[in-house]
This record gives sequence, structure tokens and C-alpha cells, in this order.
Amino acid sequence: MSIKLLQGNQAVVEGAIAAGVKFYGGYPITPSTEIAEQLSARLPQVGGKFMQTEDELAGLGAAVGASMGGKKAMTATSGPGFSLKQEMLGLACTAEIPVVIVDVQRVGPATGQPTSPAQGEVMMSRWGTHGDHWVIVVSPVSVPECFWLTIRAVNLAEKYRVPVIILMDEVVGHMREKIELPDDYSTIKTVERKRPTCKPEDYLAYGTTGDDLVPPMADFGSGYRWHVTGLIHDDTGFPKGTPEGTVNALNRLHDKIYNNLDDIVTFEEYKMEDAEYAILSFGGAARTAYDTVDMARKEGIKVGLFRAITIWPFPEKQVKALAGKVKGILVHELNYGQYVLEVERVVSGKCPVWLYGKYDNSSATPQQLLAELKKHTGR
Amino acid sequence: MGMEQLVEKYFRPGRLPHIWCPGCGHGIITGAIVKAVDKLGLSKDEVAVISGIGCSSRASGYLDFNTANTLHGRALPIASGLKMANPKLKVIVPSGDGDATAIGGNHLIHAARRNIDLTLVVYNNSIYGMTGGQYSPMTPKGSKATTAPYLTIEPAFNLLDLAKAAGATFVARSTTFHVQNMVDCIAKGIQHKGFSIIECVSACPTNFGRQNRMGAAPKMMEWQRDHAVMVGAWNRMDEETRAKAIADGKFPIGVLYENNDVQEYTEAYDDLIKRAQGGK
Repeated sequence: MSIKLLQGNQAVVEGAIAAGVKFYGGYPITPSTEIAEQLSARLPQVGGKFMQTEDELAGLGAAVGASMGGKKAMTATSGPGFSLKQEMLGLACTAEIPVVIVDVQRVGPATGQPTSPAQGEVMMSRWGTHGDHWVIVVSPVSVPECFWLTIRAVNLAEKYRVPVIILMDEVVGHMREKIELPDDYSTIKTVERKRPTCKPEDYLAYGTTGDDLVPPMADFGSGYRWHVTGLIHDDTGFPKGTPEGTVNALNRLHDKIYNNLDDIVTFEEYKMEDAEYAILSFGGAARTAYDTVDMARKEGIKVGLFRAITIWPFPEKQVKALAGKVKGILVHELNYGQYVLEVERVVSGKCPVWLYGKYDNSSATPQQLLAELKKHTGR
Repeated sequence: MGMEQLVEKYFRPGRLPHIWCPGCGHGIITGAIVKAVDKLGLSKDEVAVISGIGCSSRASGYLDFNTANTLHGRALPIASGLKMANPKLKVIVPSGDGDATAIGGNHLIHAARRNIDLTLVVYNNSIYGMTGGQYSPMTPKGSKATTAPYLTIEPAFNLLDLAKAAGATFVARSTTFHVQNMVDCIAKGIQHKGFSIIECVSACPTNFGRQNRMGAAPKMMEWQRDHAVMVGAWNRMDEETRAKAIADGKFPIGVLYENNDVQEYTEAYDDLIKRAQGGK
């Protein structure tokens, strides 16, 4: 292990290298640009390739193409660029091309405030591209977590053949923090996508066996010739326009993720054992909550933090259990109120749900969050 | 090899008949791609065909290569990423005039600028066919289209000048009337190490010809015959004759430009990797 002082964006870069990413396509945009800059230096050192593309769509497009060619691939962006990438993200969903997309959120909409933090893309990260689709979204709270969660994001993308979004925010992307990095990345557990082992003539591009709903994926040029399409397709990979074919195709895209929630959903609980109240938060916003919890406890308020690490799929089971345990949940996010809607849906009246949505282009202080908490706990 | 054998060898079983209308030129162009691959003796495993969206882009699904039918206008970035991942692949991009020059126009000039080794085959039928006959950036000025009931007021691109100016190192044009010439142009484009563009003039009797009273498919092919001039003959014209030919709507076909002195992008990137790893 060696101790370094790194920016969140830099930790993402090191995580990508450790995970075996060999291709990056992207376009410069604040506050994610450091990821592109540093991968342009790091990737060729490990035999990988970096491409600065003409626009955001091309950045993700090139990553999708490289992934079809068998390389672990990623892109990074921020709000406006994330909007532009949505169409390509849909192709990666339906064609099941593993790829990682980092979105370092800033204030939006439009140009918004490029160097100020926000978490306004919570819903877009889940529902951004058109049509029913399912993705995995993870959100790191610290620089060390940027490193480990990037590795996990790449692993999940490969394992489930799905785009994985690392939803960061300007706070976490630009902040510098101590991080212990392994000296030898080859000791880190990485996942390779399943590749076909059958004879090429027997290869069914989207064929699955038993409960495993993720089809093996052949590299283009490996002797298994197959067809990628954005059209709804059956297990042959060719368009299937029947009602039944449509339902089957969409169900599998859903089930391959949602049948594996125990593997995919991760979260952290801080001082939740005896908590009477919970603060529910994620990413940069959650950083504030640790201190708030400690301060509140000194004043006799038994509160804990539930931090979603996998924010989509929503940790439904865990939040339901939480609602049965506490007297109230205070959702804290850096927007006008997005994640709270999902919390309310899942809690479904079992306990009060309050929102501290902050959208003034800055993080909350622990004192501010504590004051919000006290409004609801009555002490 | 006759067309029947070529279909047997290179087209996917069960994927035909194609969706193209009677008289459409796109089957001829797709056939020419297959003939070019066969002429070069390439294995099917080393060929990738990456398309966007539109009538032409359906070609990828019919062909028994490594194929993708992706997003409207976005085939070139995906093809570029694939080529970077596996530079040994021969990557061919069939693309319509709307796909390549309108929604994908930015990708076109940048792929050309990088001189990445892709072969872009533009199926130019001067119209958006799949959506029913709207004008494209390749529709001649003064044409009728479903979105130009009072005739188009926009000039068309000179696509090949555009590609050449952007950095394409192989530029050719052919028509569906001149099949052997087209096969030859595509084969040379595939062989060329760098960004190649082959504009294939195609006929859309259903959505362009009909609106512009050009007659049925044979008439439209006669138009191609009467307006295309072999590049040798074109170059031998004196200035006055050529000016008249241009005024009459004539155009040269064949390989119009080839430059083998510019380093190809993935090769340049391999050099970059050596530098990054401490080599020269």
C-alpha cells in the first residue's frame, strides 16, 4: 500500500486502470475533465487507448465500439454531456454492451454552474434514455470510494452486460483526500465478461441458460459472428416485433438485474443500531451527515445515517426495513427533491419522510443538516 | 463467383428478402460490398460492418460478418472505437446520405480528419427514404420532397470535396449503373490504409424519383449512365468542356483521390503507446 493525496477524479482514473479498462472515449467537460486528462496519460502506459472525440455522443459511442471489440471501456462527463449521451446509453442497454459512464454532476439545467456541486441527475441517471430500461448507478462519498467503486462499476458492467453509471458530484470529483492505493493492482479482484465456449456455428448471440440471464458475449473478430442492434430482438440478436417477443426481451433486461439485487445493491449504515431517526443520503451530500449524526447524538437525538452506495436499483428492501424501525427519515440531497420521491414510494406512509433538498450550489454544513433534523424531531 | 453463390456465402440465412423497395439501388451497393470482400479474399471473421439507421443501414443485418445496426448518424464513432480495440478488423460502414452527412456529419469530418482506417460507403439516394421522402443535405437544390413542397432552396453538399478537405485519404464515387466500377472502388477503399469514402449514387424511385418525375427505376439508372463520366475521361476534358459537363449535372466516377503518405490513426496510436512506455 502506498498513501497518496488524490482528487476524486484521479481516484476514478486509478480505479479504471486497476479494473482493467483499456479504452476511454470522451469529450472535455467541467468538472469531469481531469478523468480524461489523466487517462490520456495512464491508458497508453498500460497498453490501453484514449480517444478525445468530437462530441459527447461519439465519446460513449467509441467506448461502446471498443467494448464490442472486447475491451473494457468507459467514458466520463458532466450534466450537459450526460444529456447528450443518453441515446447511446439506450443502445448499450438494449444491445447489452458493457460500459461505464462517469457523470460528475454540476448545477443544471443547461450550462447551470459548471464548478458548483449538485445532485440533479439522480432521476436522469435512472430514466434518462427513452424507453423502459434498467441500469446500475453507484455513487461514491469519498476519494477512496471513488477508487474502489470504479473497480466495482467495471466489474458489474462486465458481469451483467449493462451500462453502469458512476454518479459523482463536483464535491467528490474535485476534493482531495488521503487514499491508500495497492502497490500491485494485479492483486485486485476483477471480473471479465463471459465469452462463448461453444462452437461458433452454435453461438446464439443472446441465448441464455437456466437462471443465468446474462448471455455470453463474443468479441468482434474472435470468430463468432453476431449482430448488434438497437431494435428489440430475440435470442438470435435479430429484430423481433411480436408482442410476446417484445415482452420477453424487456423482461430479461429487467430480470438479469433485479433477480440479483443482493449482489448489486450496496449501502452503508452509520450508527443505525439504536437509531430512532435516519438520515438517508448518498454521494457528496452524505459527507455532511456523519458529523451531523455525531453532533445530534451529543444532544441526545438518536439518529443514524443510511447511505445508498448503489442508488439504482433503489435499495428497496433495506429502506422498507428502515421505515419499520425508525420514527422518521430525513432525506438529504443536493437538488429540489428527486431521490425523496422514491423513498416516499417505498416507505409508503410507514413513517414520516422529510426532505432537506439543497439547491443553492453548495453543500450543507453539518450544522445546517442538524437544524433541519431538529425541525422534525422536535428537539 | 455468381451472385447466387455470393448470397449463399456472405448473406445470413433466413434474413432475406430485404426490406428495400422494388427498384431501389441499395441491393446493388450491398452486393458490390460483398463482391469487393470476395475479390480481396477476406475471411468473414475479419470483416465488420457497422451501420447507423436508415434504409442503407439495414445492410448490416443481412451480411454474415461481425455486424451492428446502431444509432442514426453514429456508426462512425462506434466503428472507430471498434477499430481501436481491434485494428486487424476491416471495418466497413454503410451509411445513407442523411445518416452520413446530416445527423452524422460531424462524425464524418472527424473520422476523415483522424485518417482512421474505416471504409465509409455512402448509399446516396438523395433523400430520406425510410421516413418517406424528406430532403437531405445531398438532395439537389430545386428538388421536391415531402418537406419541400415548394422545392428545396438548400444547396447539396459536395460530399467528396468535403471529405477530402477534412482529411480523407481515399475518395471515390460510383453509381449503381456502373457495378464493376463500384466493386473496384470499394475493394480499393477497403485495401487503402486510412479513411476511405466511396459515394455510391443510388436510386430511390419510391421516394425521390416519383416526387421529381424521374420515371421508374430503369429510367433513374439511365440518368446515372448519362451523367456519370469515368474519371480518366473527366480529367482529359478541357476546362470549357468540363464546365459544361458540370452545368449539365454530370460528375466523375472512379477513384478521385488517394494519398498514401499520411499515417493511419491506429498506427499512429501504436507509436504513441511506445512513446508513453518509454520508447522513442
